Amino acid sequence: MSVGRAKLLVLQALVAVVVIGAWHVGSSVPIGGVYFLPKFFFSTPADVGLRVWTLFADGTAKIVGCKEAIEIGRLLSISDPCFGKTIWQHLLITLTEGVLAFVIGAVAGIALGFWLARHALMSAIFDPYIKMLNALPRVVLAPIFMLWLGLGIWSKVALGVTLVFFIVFFNVYQGVKEVSPTVLANARMLGMSERQLFQHVYWPSALSWMFSSLHTSVGFAIIGAVVGEYLGSAAGLGYLINQAEGTFDTTGVFAGMVILAVFVLIIDGLVTLVERRLLVWRPPSAAGQG
Amino acid sequence: MVQVVVPDAGAPVLDAVFVVADCMRMRPLQEPRSQAATHAGTAAMRFRGVTIEFALPRGGHYPAVAATDLAVGGNEFVAIVGPTGCGKSTLLNVAAGLLAPTSGAIEVLGAPLAGLNLSAGYLFQQDAVMPWKTARDNVAIGLEVAGITRAEALARAQAWLKRVGLAAFGERYPHQLSGGQRKRVGLAQVLIRDPKILLMDEPFGPLDAQTRQIMGNLLLELWAGDRKAVLFVTHDLEEAIALADRVIIMSAGPAARVIGDYTIDLGRPRDAQEVRLLPRFHELHKAIWGQLRAEVLKAYAEEVA
Repeated sequence: MSVGRAKLLVLQALVAVVVIGAWHVGSSVPIGGVYFLPKFFFSTPADVGLRVWTLFADGTAKIVGCKEAIEIGRLLSISDPCFGKTIWQHLLITLTEGVLAFVIGAVAGIALGFWLARHALMSAIFDPYIKMLNALPRVVLAPIFMLWLGLGIWSKVALGVTLVFFIVFFNVYQGVKEVSPTVLANARMLGMSERQLFQHVYWPSALSWMFSSLHTSVGFAIIGAVVGEYLGSAAGLGYLINQAEGTFDTTGVFAGMVILAVFVLIIDGLVTLVERRLLVWRPPSAAGQG
Repeated sequence: MVQVVVPDAGAPVLDAVFVVADCMRMRPLQEPRSQAATHAGTAAMRFRGVTIEFALPRGGHYPAVAATDLAVGGNEFVAIVGPTGCGKSTLLNVAAGLLAPTSGAIEVLGAPLAGLNLSAGYLFQQDAVMPWKTARDNVAIGLEVAGITRAEALARAQAWLKRVGLAAFGERYPHQLSGGQRKRVGLAQVLIRDPKILLMDEPFGPLDAQTRQIMGNLLLELWAGDRKAVLFVTHDLEEAIALADRVIIMSAGPAARVIGDYTIDLGRPRDAQEVRLLPRFHELHKAIWGQLRAEVLKAYAEEVA
């Protein structure tokens, strides 16, 4: 690519301007008396921006038009219809669920990945079941988790775990299997015991494979949390979006989406930082994958 | 997959005859010199009737190496030369204990070898250093796993990096080094453990011609210090003559055997580059090449057939 950095930034910004501009024109400017993007279904970029702003500036989550909610709340004598949670608290809940899902899924995936990679018989026995579970669309597990674990955070964590686990598991399994036979033979000739082989050869190799899929697995942890919240919960970003949808609050849905996108982008950036620190030994071409 | 066979005193010879006859490759066994007798008592390593067969996926066996007797003296630099696929590396893996022979036995420093040969250092053809460790950590690891404190291991690793000309590259990761530099790291990694025996499997194979010669000189220089027993596998006859005290020629596979054993009477210390210009080098080369050429052509015919 011969395009300079500044020029690239301008071009990238241009894409945003065109998309948002088209959205604005379609939803706010009647062309021949017709709105191509009716407000009811598409809201407007200005409204969405304003909603995101008020959510954070105000502190309290009012993706549901809260005036109405307060009215209803008075009628039903609920003191705080918005459950008294600020947007920060909702974000924190989604983040907690995502982090727990990632940690539990990763630990389980690493443990099972190592175990099966070193035991050919076990691996052969469990192979069809693992493939079957992995082929299952994980969303269908959400109802059963709701039944087992209730509407709290743990049903969302469980959903995230099922997503993260398989990615980490397959990568660790591959990482242990794909250790270069030469590196392994060399390590053994240098006098390493089984435990030392694990520490100096298998573990770093598996870790590098796991980290190459870190962006995917962290993303899936958040997806598990948000989808779980969306399907049934009392807090979190998925809950806010669901509430907005329930009241035909298109602006609220879009605002939730924008917040979610930025949230995931920030987490992804943090993952990149961790990756750069831990995988310094990898050639740049390989480290950039996944 | 290697067949596991309990070593049996009578088996090797019978196996070898069977294997050779089976392949219709019967030819008179030339034994220019009986190594087992010549180096009796002083051998660092001795192969006794070592046969290696591989099980084929469709059943049956591929005889890689037929009954091989070979002794490597305590301070001897022995090079094994042979055509591609003649089982040189297989023989080396057996010497390292990474592979169990189908029949026959290996003696290391007078004792029969069971399991890994930890008195040997092994320099592999492919990159064998750990890509996730820096050059210094790679060199130090052999000492660390032996229970030496990290601080001391690192200090000694730095000294070894200096000896192989990489004093300033300790913090680099393998991917940040050139192929030749990685070989130097590998050499230091093996030698820091001070093994009694050095096994080398076409160690400079992947390098360019100039770097190979430089590495050859580095090896001779390091070897001259304590003259370990060396078993050096290569397909490059010139390299073998330039470096070794003895050159062993192996026949083309299957059922490769030792068919030639030449003493290289070039003086030491040697310069691996300069030595190639000596008339004696050419005489030796001509004599050995005469025998090797036939095997190379045989291996080639096998490949294109």
